[in-house]
Amino acid sequence: MEFGPHLILASLEGAVIAAVLAMTAMGLSIVFGIMRVVNVAHGEFFMLGAVIAWWVAHLLGGHPAVGFIAALVFAPLLVAIIAATADRLVLQRIDYDPDRTIVGTIGLLYIIQQVTLMTFGPEARPVEAPFNQRLAIPWFEFGENGFEIYWPWGLSITSYKLFIIVAAIAILTALWVLMTKTKIGLIMRATQQDSEMARAFGVPVKRVYAWVFGLGAGLAAMGAVLVVPVQQAHYLMGHDPLLLSFIVVIIGGLGSLPGTVIAAVLIGMSDGIISVFFSPTLAKILATLLVAMVLVFRPQGLMGKLRS
Amino acid sequence: MLEVKDIYAGYGQVQVLHGVSLDVAAGEILCVMGRNGAGKTTLLRSIMGIVQIEDGVISLEGEAINTLPGHEIPRRGIGYIPQGRRLFPELTVSENIEMGLMVRKVSRDTRDWVLDLFPRLRERLDQRAGTLSGGEQQMLATARALALRPKVLLLDEPTEGLQPSMIEQIRQVILKMKDEGFAIVLVEQRIDAVLALADRVTMIENGKSVETLTAKELGASPDKIKRYLGV
Ligand SMILES: Nc1ncnc2c1ncn2[C@@H]1O[C@H](COP(=O)(O)OP(=O)(O)OP(=O)(O)O)[C@@H](O)[C@H]1O
Ligand SMILES: [Mg+2]
Repeated sequence: MEFGPHLILASLEGAVIAAVLAMTAMGLSIVFGIMRVVNVAHGEFFMLGAVIAWWVAHLLGGHPAVGFIAALVFAPLLVAIIAATADRLVLQRIDYDPDRTIVGTIGLLYIIQQVTLMTFGPEARPVEAPFNQRLAIPWFEFGENGFEIYWPWGLSITSYKLFIIVAAIAILTALWVLMTKTKIGLIMRATQQDSEMARAFGVPVKRVYAWVFGLGAGLAAMGAVLVVPVQQAHYLMGHDPLLLSFIVVIIGGLGSLPGTVIAAVLIGMSDGIISVFFSPTLAKILATLLVAMVLVFRPQGLMGKLRS
Repeated sequence: MLEVKDIYAGYGQVQVLHGVSLDVAAGEILCVMGRNGAGKTTLLRSIMGIVQIEDGVISLEGEAINTLPGHEIPRRGIGYIPQGRRLFPELTVSENIEMGLMVRKVSRDTRDWVLDLFPRLRERLDQRAGTLSGGEQQMLATARALALRPKVLLLDEPTEGLQPSMIEQIRQVILKMKDEGFAIVLVEQRIDAVLALADRVTMIENGKSVETLTAKELGASPDKIKRYLGV
């Protein structure tokens, strides 16, 4: 096996994982950063995104692109509404008390999971990708004819996977613009820093929290819609994204958005590369080890600030 | 303009205010004095709806505001300059002022009007608020509250920890706002500042407003100053 082309392939696979992970973890990070809520049900919002994507694509029928685009719009929107409702019905009632929000979101996790099992069933169901050309990985050699580009047999990625990477970058850029350049972002950042003062300056903090919780869940759902054409929807698919998102958020620094992206790329890429060359289990072991190291040597995370 | 009638408030089990009343008219400076822990900050927090009152009424131009949701109170035109400034530390100077401008509909020249009052801030628009000096932070806290063009301005010890030149500058701004017709409630500990600025003074003792008198009367009775403030 040649190393070069395999490394390119592994890196691309890693970038796909990183792209989806960055979006999912960003949702968790925003919710924690602004509301100080540890959302244990975050992975279930991811799963709901995939399941609703399947429903939408299934009900619409027709060309796969139609179903996919509709899913990309409706699934995150619906999940955001469900999450905002959960915020009003559960988290607001317990006043965002840290201990009780953990218990509350664990409850939410099981409710969402079991309702999905009862309605969607235990099967894994695929959503067809809107396009899916095979793209061979190019490589080069210096043979008797000098420099030559060739396509090693059997190594390829699909155009859809490249689309996932591009779409994630676009969505995260849009999120960054929202947070740093708009009034909505300003209100969210002010609420994050001092919710009491934000309210004293006219910010309806409860409404902002509901929106933020919806946004966080919507991001996870969007990540899931992107990934469901290559992974299939299943009612237990939320576990891994939840665990990896927590790892990313801890490594990146709680509540730091740039830190979250950096950590997602780090974890996603190494997960992809190590899985290809060694084994997925080793990748998870190393990620967990990395968390331990970060917690020991830099408890605030890569980009986090120490709180006084 | 603003009237506080016999309010009771506290934190959980701890009762802090029992029977505080005061009123302030447009174009008037009312000072609130009392010893440390008397409940002055709690009084202002109650007006802002941060602390829920248990009894009594707070009204602005005749409308009861203590039953409004917290974020509606500033929108009625109350600007709050809290003790210890409480800026949004990670936001820039410009963004902190923007938070004030967004509270209610204000004319477009408001931002310039505020920055003209504090030219120092204009030079530092992109600096993070948390990195400003103490005096600059106080200017920004004041600017943020003025940016909503309030009818009523609540100031909680705005000159705490500032040097004389800065105190003088804050004082000038307060006087200017009085001339603009704002109703001003000023919590202040230093008696010389109170006598120079106040129209009337409300004394708070152990969470109860015990007496309201004009600045003249207060200046003429050192025994009262000694009794309420222990100086
Ligand atoms: N969040 C809180 N929880 C419990 N008790 C509080 C809280 N905030 C203030 N108190 C108590 O309420 C009382 C009044 O406090 P407050 O801050 O209103 O006093 P103050 O008159 O502003 O004092 P100072 O002059 O020192 O600023 C104090 O005994 C204080 O310990
Ligand atoms: Mg005080």
